[in-house]
Amino acid sequence: MMEDTPNNKKGFNITFYLLIVPVLLWLIFMIVIPHAELLISSFLVENDDGDMVFSFTNYIEFFGQQIYWLTFVKTAAYSIGVTLLAFIVAFPIAFYLTKVTSKKNAGFLMILLLIPLWVGELVTVYGWMVLLGDNGVINHFLMTIGVIDEPLNMLYTNFSMVVGLLYMSMLFMVIPVMSTLQSLDDSLIEAACDLGASKWDIFTKIIIPYSMPGITSGAIIVFMLVIGDYLAPNLLGGKHSLWFTEQIYNSFLQTFNWNEGAAFGFLLLLLSSGIIWLALKVSGQKLGSAVQ
Amino acid sequence: MGKILEIKNLSKHFDDFTAVNNVNFCVEEGGFFSILGSSGCGKTTLLRIIAGFQQESEGDVIIRGKSMKGIPPEKRPVNIVFQNLALFPMMNVRENIAFGLKRQKLKTADINFKIHEMLERVGLNGYEKKKVTDLSGGQRQRVAIARSLVMNPSILLLDEPLGALDRKLREHMKVELKLLQKEIGTTFVYITHDQSEALVMSDQVAVMHDGQFEQIDTPRNLYKNPKTSFVAGFVGDTNRFEIASSEGDSIMTQGGWNLNHPELTMTSQETPKTLFMRPEAFMLNPDTTINDLVQFEVTINTILFDGSNTKLSTTVSESGEELLISLPQNAQFDGIIEGHTLNVGIHRDDVKCF
Repeated sequence: MMEDTPNNKKGFNITFYLLIVPVLLWLIFMIVIPHAELLISSFLVENDDGDMVFSFTNYIEFFGQQIYWLTFVKTAAYSIGVTLLAFIVAFPIAFYLTKVTSKKNAGFLMILLLIPLWVGELVTVYGWMVLLGDNGVINHFLMTIGVIDEPLNMLYTNFSMVVGLLYMSMLFMVIPVMSTLQSLDDSLIEAACDLGASKWDIFTKIIIPYSMPGITSGAIIVFMLVIGDYLAPNLLGGKHSLWFTEQIYNSFLQTFNWNEGAAFGFLLLLLSSGIIWLALKVSGQKLGSAVQ
Repeated sequence: MGKILEIKNLSKHFDDFTAVNNVNFCVEEGGFFSILGSSGCGKTTLLRIIAGFQQESEGDVIIRGKSMKGIPPEKRPVNIVFQNLALFPMMNVRENIAFGLKRQKLKTADINFKIHEMLERVGLNGYEKKKVTDLSGGQRQRVAIARSLVMNPSILLLDEPLGALDRKLREHMKVELKLLQKEIGTTFVYITHDQSEALVMSDQVAVMHDGQFEQIDTPRNLYKNPKTSFVAGFVGDTNRFEIASSEGDSIMTQGGWNLNHPELTMTSQETPKTLFMRPEAFMLNPDTTINDLVQFEVTINTILFDGSNTKLSTTVSESGEELLISLPQNAQFDGIIEGHTLNVGIHRDDVKCF
């Protein structure tokens, strides 16, 4: 009977638990436990007897060695820079795809934009190596038409690293910005125009503020992807383009100091969360509306 | 008062479609001019051409004696209230209204003064800091109008701004808008598909059909003396009959109803095709001594009760054709019962033939 509420309620409860259990399991085993493990292990150091004891040594090591925290600061600064670049590159693309070109064209161009994702980051990074190398496509072309006599040193520099990072992350700015721009009614632009706004006013006072939630979520994704990326800095960056993920990699797999690696990993997590928190505060955006 | 807006031979062609076809009209300074037409008649295109968002194919828009050819929307002395209002959702009420003033690089004190004055005028004092998304439909309406009016335009263009409101509020805003227009004296050009809005608010109404103006007249004349069969059928409720033949002083409808009156055929064209009679023009049990009255008998089928809008659905006894007649809700006609016959009369001037 439908009126049999206790039974019904129980049925509802079972469904509810069936739905919630995978989420909880995933949260606990994939996020909470590994992070707790990471946190604990970052505070452990092997003493002279070979026993693991509690210590701040791993963190002290980080602040003691200039190379570590310089890399740390550089990674943060470059990640912010790449995020800004991603916005500058992605916004016109998103605007063109949503407001200027026809729906049919937009679909085709969107697929073109997605192609690099299909082949994976490693392949695109190698693609850039082919393009930017001393004997690469760009240098060859420039020398053939006689603009330069000697090949430009582009590969294994900060420049090539930024290009790689930008290329692999830009799309994640385009998509959220596109989705907010799609909801931007053209009549808002017309209304601004009618009220005497110049093109610049319309862009800075209407379009950008309106798409701020999309820009924020795009910026968070791009920033996270870039700050935690390993391939592009490692393969495209040179000796001087050390990325903090490379330090973590070295701790784990070259010096086999897992505890130090854990501490570095935790520091990176704190750094990226801190910067995002700060950026949200400064721009007056809310995390809730940005990740929707 | 002079002409503030002149539209001369204005046409707008899209690929194989003419949205606006050779339209001419003038609007007097301080007037309330409405363009009334069903959706797709070209009235929005016309308004957008006046605002400068679309380019005319032929003809000219002249504001205060100055041709608007090649002048972009932001430089024209007109402002527009959009159908969906187009309030900026990321700004509060004050920022929305200040937007245009800031573009004029006015001093903050002047801006504040103007905003305060305008909010008072539209009855929204103290709403400066409210988000526009938190306002009710009527309040959003007023913010949109305030945002345009604060620019002190020569002409305010309104694109069906009451369309999204519910009926009660629409009735209210209609009166409010009319009063506001009288008070500030700005010229309003208002487009709508709702004839009641056009008739109640306007000094002049243009009825638009298939890109052309059928008639430009006062609301009263439009209703009383429609010049074309479209206007007669579009403005107000009406009974429509196709005419089979008209000879001398008699008209025969296709259903076989012979309307016989010496002076009936003097209206309008030589060979009229259709005949219109408004439900509210009929007199029930008329005094037979009234001059120029066309009289006949109907059978009452049903009473369609709708308060002040109540109508009788009847059939003309002579031909069996259907006829709607307004039934005033007063004690005089309490005795009218379904199934009975009834004598009705209509003044010959109220029978329109085209």
